[in-house]
Amino acid sequence: MSNPQMVMYEEEFNQIQGIVDNLVQAANSKVVFIIDKNGQLIAAAGDTEQIDTTSLASLTAGNIAATGGIAKLLRENEFATQFHEGEKANIHIQLVGNRVILVVIFDSKTSLGLVRLRVKKATEQLNAIFESLMKKVEDPATQTPFAEITDDDIDSLFND
Amino acid sequence: MSFINYLSREINCKIVYYGPGLCGKTTNLQYIYNKTNPDAKGKMISLATETERTLFFDFLPLALGEIRGFKTRFHLYTVPGQVFYDASRKLILKGVDGVVFVADSQIARMEANVESLENLRTNLAEQGYSLDKLPYVIQYNKRDMPGIAPVDELRQLLNAANVPDFEGVASTGVGVFDTLKAVAKLVLTALKKGTT
Repeated sequence: MSNPQMVMYEEEFNQIQGIVDNLVQAANSKVVFIIDKNGQLIAAAGDTEQIDTTSLASLTAGNIAATGGIAKLLRENEFATQFHEGEKANIHIQLVGNRVILVVIFDSKTSLGLVRLRVKKATEQLNAIFESLMKKVEDPATQTPFAEITDDDIDSLFND
Repeated sequence: MSFINYLSREINCKIVYYGPGLCGKTTNLQYIYNKTNPDAKGKMISLATETERTLFFDFLPLALGEIRGFKTRFHLYTVPGQVFYDASRKLILKGVDGVVFVADSQIARMEANVESLENLRTNLAEQGYSLDKLPYVIQYNKRDMPGIAPVDELRQLLNAANVPDFEGVASTGVGVFDTLKAVAKLVLTALKKGTT
């Protein structure tokens, strides 16, 4: 297949969660989350209870995909950064290593400049983590939990 | 491309409903949404035009239960069926784990079915996928309509590879869950083999 499977292990997850937690504070933002380009939520921090993160993840990924499509038409490689300004909430979307998407939602308590600065730093850190994660996933010695699953296990999921 | 999270013990997969305009892709998702336990589903999102034609995609997150302690979550997407939305269709196929092709059984829509299936193959190939290797099922929808083709004929035209296929009336739910279960099962089986 064209993309390796995305697998998240405890070690890397904790590192990513640390960066996301830190970014909420450092950028004085409301919510920060990381999703993969297919719309799966990887990590979130901040005031996430008020937000439907699953829907947001899917729509953001769709947005990034559409913007990527526009970039291609304009013979640009990609538009790595997007910013949407609302009356109360603003959203900053950053593509990280062309693999995952870092989203920061913030209000007037902070500034776009600060958010951009902090996102830049976090992006570098995240890049390194995802690089090593992908190497781990591609290692043939790493087994998926599905290797041990039987056909009966799958069948029993649908016996209702 | 499925996403396995060891920490939250979750497996997330992406299933795309493909097919010609007005074949009932969105109706399939709406039926699933309406008949699923609230605990098992998230919000359904439809990015549609004012006349309720799909503009970008519909999205429905669904939990199917646990396998060996891993929660299985499926993200169901539809594509816009109308021919000129091809650029959008390509985007939605990115990272797909399984495909449902919804065919319109009406004789008048045969050409549209064939064209859409060809388009699916082409768009998958552009992303390095092959329909012959992907978990893939077909639903012959609108079996309640007048002027429909016999299933044998549809099979001959659209299902040369003999993948699992189902008769459907998505508006009343006939065949909707059979189709979903079949593709979900194929996706999980492919994961087990490590082919996705």
